[in-house]
Amino acid sequence: MIGLTHYLIVAAALFCIGAYGVVVKKNAIAVMMGLEFMLNAININLVAFNHFLHPNLVLGQVFAMFIVGIAAAEVALGLAIILSLYRQRHSIAVDEMDILKW
Amino acid sequence: MVIEQFGWLIPVFPLVAFLLIVGVTYRFKLLSAIVATFFAGLSLALSVLIMVQKVINPVTTEKFINWLSISTPTQTLLNIQLGYLMDPLAAVMSFIVTLVATLVLLYSIGYMKGDEGFSRYFAYISLFTFSMLGLVISNNYFQTFFFWELVGLCSYLLIGFWFFKPEAADASKKAFITNRWADFGFLVGIIGLFTVFGTFNFGQLATQIPQYQNALILLGLGLLVFLGPVGKSAQFPFHVWLPDAMEGPTPISALIHAATMVAAGIYLVARGYALFYSVENVMQVIAYVGGFTALFAATIALVQKDIKRILAFSTLSQLGYMMMALGVGSMTSGMFHLTTHAFFKALLFLGAGSIIHAVHNQDIFKMGGLAKKMPISSWTFVIGSLALCGIFPLAGFWSKDEILTVTLQHHFVGLFVLGTLVAFLTAFYMFRLIFIALFGQKRSDHHAHESPWTMTLPLIILAVFSIFAGLVNTPWFYQWTGFSFSTLVYFHEPEIPVIHWSIAGLSTVAALLGIFTAWMIYARRLISADMLATKMSFLHRVLSNKYYIDELYAWLFKYVMLGLGKVLDFVDHVVIDGLFDGTAGAIRATGVRLRLFQTGRLQQYALLIFVAVAILVLWGVR
Amino acid sequence: MSLLSYIILTPFIGAAMLVLIPEKQTTFIKLVSALFAFIGLALSFYLFLNYDKSLGGMQFVENIPWIKAFAINYKLGADGLSVSMALLTGIIWFAGVLVTWNLQERVKEFFIYMLILVGGVFGVFLSLDLLVLFIFLEIAVIPKFILIHIWGSGKKEYSAMKYTLYLLAGSAFSLIALILIYIHSSTLDVTQLALITYSVPFQKFIFFLLLIGFGVIVPLWPLHRWTPDGHSSAPTAISMLLAGVIMKLGGYALIRVGIGVFPAGAAFWAPLIAVIAVVNCIYIALVAMVQKDLKYVVANSSISHMGYVLIGIAAMNTISLTGAASQMFAHGIMAALFFALVGAIYNKTHTRMLADFGGLAFQMPRAATLFLITGLASLGLPGFFNFVAEFLIFAGAFKVYPVLTTVTILAVVITAIYVLRVVQQMFFGPRNPKWDSLTDLKGIELVPLVFLAVILLWFGLVPSSITNLINQGIDPIVAQIGGAL
Repeated sequence: MIGLTHYLIVAAALFCIGAYGVVVKKNAIAVMMGLEFMLNAININLVAFNHFLHPNLVLGQVFAMFIVGIAAAEVALGLAIILSLYRQRHSIAVDEMDILKW
Repeated sequence: MVIEQFGWLIPVFPLVAFLLIVGVTYRFKLLSAIVATFFAGLSLALSVLIMVQKVINPVTTEKFINWLSISTPTQTLLNIQLGYLMDPLAAVMSFIVTLVATLVLLYSIGYMKGDEGFSRYFAYISLFTFSMLGLVISNNYFQTFFFWELVGLCSYLLIGFWFFKPEAADASKKAFITNRWADFGFLVGIIGLFTVFGTFNFGQLATQIPQYQNALILLGLGLLVFLGPVGKSAQFPFHVWLPDAMEGPTPISALIHAATMVAAGIYLVARGYALFYSVENVMQVIAYVGGFTALFAATIALVQKDIKRILAFSTLSQLGYMMMALGVGSMTSGMFHLTTHAFFKALLFLGAGSIIHAVHNQDIFKMGGLAKKMPISSWTFVIGSLALCGIFPLAGFWSKDEILTVTLQHHFVGLFVLGTLVAFLTAFYMFRLIFIALFGQKRSDHHAHESPWTMTLPLIILAVFSIFAGLVNTPWFYQWTGFSFSTLVYFHEPEIPVIHWSIAGLSTVAALLGIFTAWMIYARRLISADMLATKMSFLHRVLSNKYYIDELYAWLFKYVMLGLGKVLDFVDHVVIDGLFDGTAGAIRATGVRLRLFQTGRLQQYALLIFVAVAILVLWGVR
Repeated sequence: MSLLSYIILTPFIGAAMLVLIPEKQTTFIKLVSALFAFIGLALSFYLFLNYDKSLGGMQFVENIPWIKAFAINYKLGADGLSVSMALLTGIIWFAGVLVTWNLQERVKEFFIYMLILVGGVFGVFLSLDLLVLFIFLEIAVIPKFILIHIWGSGKKEYSAMKYTLYLLAGSAFSLIALILIYIHSSTLDVTQLALITYSVPFQKFIFFLLLIGFGVIVPLWPLHRWTPDGHSSAPTAISMLLAGVIMKLGGYALIRVGIGVFPAGAAFWAPLIAVIAVVNCIYIALVAMVQKDLKYVVANSSISHMGYVLIGIAAMNTISLTGAASQMFAHGIMAALFFALVGAIYNKTHTRMLADFGGLAFQMPRAATLFLITGLASLGLPGFFNFVAEFLIFAGAFKVYPVLTTVTILAVVITAIYVLRVVQQMFFGPRNPKWDSLTDLKGIELVPLVFLAVILLWFGLVPSSITNLINQGIDPIVAQIGGAL
């Protein structure tokens, strides 16, 4: 029988993969993909908790839908920024975008 | 008695003259001179009238208005009066001041002719006269200090009249600052008097002081207040400004040396006599300071070459005499000598001015043979010198005799011997000056000629006073008129003048001996002056350099005061600024280190966030 | 709205008007500023004349609730002390506008900031609520940073920052005191605070905080180092306001709040203040003596003169406090006159280094005369109000601290030395052809200078016309001390 723990392990694994991508990948698009991983990990958690703890409610699903929506907006915005950055600097390497300091 | 009610106008007239010159007649030079002389003459006339009144009826008139008072709702804490006090002492003093001032103003019309600052000069003298007269009629210490400082200011302005001469600028500054040091004591003394007695008024203090028990405090206050006169009357060790003060126009020297500036010190001691008289030690200090200054200055005068410098040191010496007289306990003789001295010293300075005006030089070794070229100036100068030396029957004889008599009467034998020695020295240096400058051969190529009447008339008037002024304190005068100087100006009890022929004879012999020695050395040249100078070269050098006191002060100023200033400036800039700038710097340095955390790298921030969240979560779980 | 509100509002309204005027019309801007300065002067003079001396106490009181929940009111009132200080502010404001007549650079902003500053100063002198007073104090302090930073000279950035940091650090201390006072008594109304009894340790602590907070402004040694740089870098009119009124804010607040509310605390710290006063007077006077830049001499002399105020405050009796307040007035005018003159001369010679001067009396006799007059006022010559003020301070302080007062009086001598040295170095000596092209002061340049000099002379000759007023303002404060000790 697949219980809550299994879902949580999958979500945690997904989150760590995403976080690893965010911290390590050079390519900005890969970083964004990492972010998506993390968001989806959270979605899994929300849905799983909802199912196992309060089966009669749809609160978790609603939240998950919101996050999907926000993630879409965020991706659109992020890609736009990356695009304009690429036009300026001909590169989307995250470690080169470090002028916002000191 | 009516006229006395208007005595306060005496200082007002010169003030009006000052305001008129500054405000109206500044561009019209001659008019300025006339205004100044006219108003001084008015003051003189009023002073004469009041003096006559005082002779007939020697009472004290005092009037005042409250100028400033500080109070709580229930009581008055401090009350400063603007007052008018007229007694014989003030009457005599205002007569001297106005007379000398008027004559000096008249004389200056000729002397200052063609000077660019003609109007300014007359404005200053009017202000000077006003300040001095304000001091003379003052009824309290505060007002005295007020005008005392104004007198100092005017001397500053007049000594530095030719401000473009660096020596004049230096001398004026020196005069003001030397006086300031002395006034510091005076001011503390006045405030001390107020703190102890709660009043500045001379009359109230005179009644309260004898009842006060704490002699130590009185001693301190007496000495502090006395510091003021030490500065103004140029007593040792504050004497350094007076010889330099001759950098001003010569008539100013006459005014300063005779009537206005230095006389203020003597006058204050006489005016505040109740304070000084109450403590024996203060009186001794006054007497010995005076005696020492008399001898000290006379020795310096022996070797000076500048005619005005010789006269300046002679003034110092004579002021010492007056202080000595006041110190041994005779206010009458001190004031009497001040009076006679005012006439002949004004005469000598104006005469010297007349000579300088003609020769355009102040070195006596560049003059010579002037008696024939300028008879009036020269012979009045001789009269002044004889009066100064104390030759019978000129003015100086009577006053000097009086001083030596009281010195002996009060058992100051040392000071008596010293006084007689000074009489000898005085005669010597004055006749050294006369034999070198006025008689003998021409010593340089000068075209001396007699001065105009505005200059010689004051000389003649002053010469008359120098001859006869001394008689007002003789027994014969007392028998003839029923009054004398000593029955008018006195402390405690009036005295009827007497002459002690033995003492008078002794001082006359000393003076004649001085003249004779000078004649031997400088007229007959029986003894060579140069030989004496080389034989006693050390002494000669010390005397020529005025005992190196100016050098000592200059050194003290340069290395002690300015040095201290530099050290403190260093403390300000390096230590204190270092401390505060250092604090600011430390904060800044911390910021410099901390800002390195802000790398601008997105992924570092992300990592930090993850780590931080992880730590927080783990902490929370625990 | 009472007269006091009008006085405080005048500069702020003026500033608002200036905002509406186009930047290019500089003459119009100057005229409007002069007009408002004149109105301010007239109103403060009207206040001076209309303060009823027979009644005394706080007059023209105005109390508008502001933050009701915290019992904080916009409360104004004037006694003899505030009236004289307001008059001082009016005078210096007016003179300051006139000396800035030839300003070219960013005229509009300059006058706007200046007006805001003046409004703050008026506010401090006239408000009776500590929070309002504190806010006005900050309003008076901040524009100066900009004024020094933009229109200043020399190392102006450093000076502006130094000034601001010192004064804000001081404000931090007074703010702490303010909060503690509020927690203790739930009101910040000065008149009500004075009625409350405080424990002595509390008073000692609060007074110490206030001493540092307001002492920085006075300035108190060793917190004085902002002054020489600040004064020297500031443009002329701002130096005048800085030395003329800003420094007085500290002394005023110390008397009004420090002594008036916490007399026992003041009594505890008074000996320390007296010692610092002596250091201020003598030490700084000696420092002034070795300065090479004219403005630094004058700036240091300001600190030295404020030392007299401090010893007057330390002595805490009617005579000395009246003297201290009189000295604030006298020194305010004198310092403003000094800075105005230095500025006017600098505008001609373009140098402030003493070594460059000499013989200037030939080309600029009026400047020389005025400078000498100012110098004489500064060294305490009778005839000027400074002398009366100093004399009162000494006469009052001598009773309490005879030795320290005696040492302080020495500063009068040192002042004479450095002032006369400066006069000699600048004006005396042989004619210098270098200055032959210069014209003497005339017209509008002369007006503010003569105006200030006449005021000094007037109050010097008829001092009772203002000392009586100050005396009356001091009386209740001294009564407080009497009650506390």
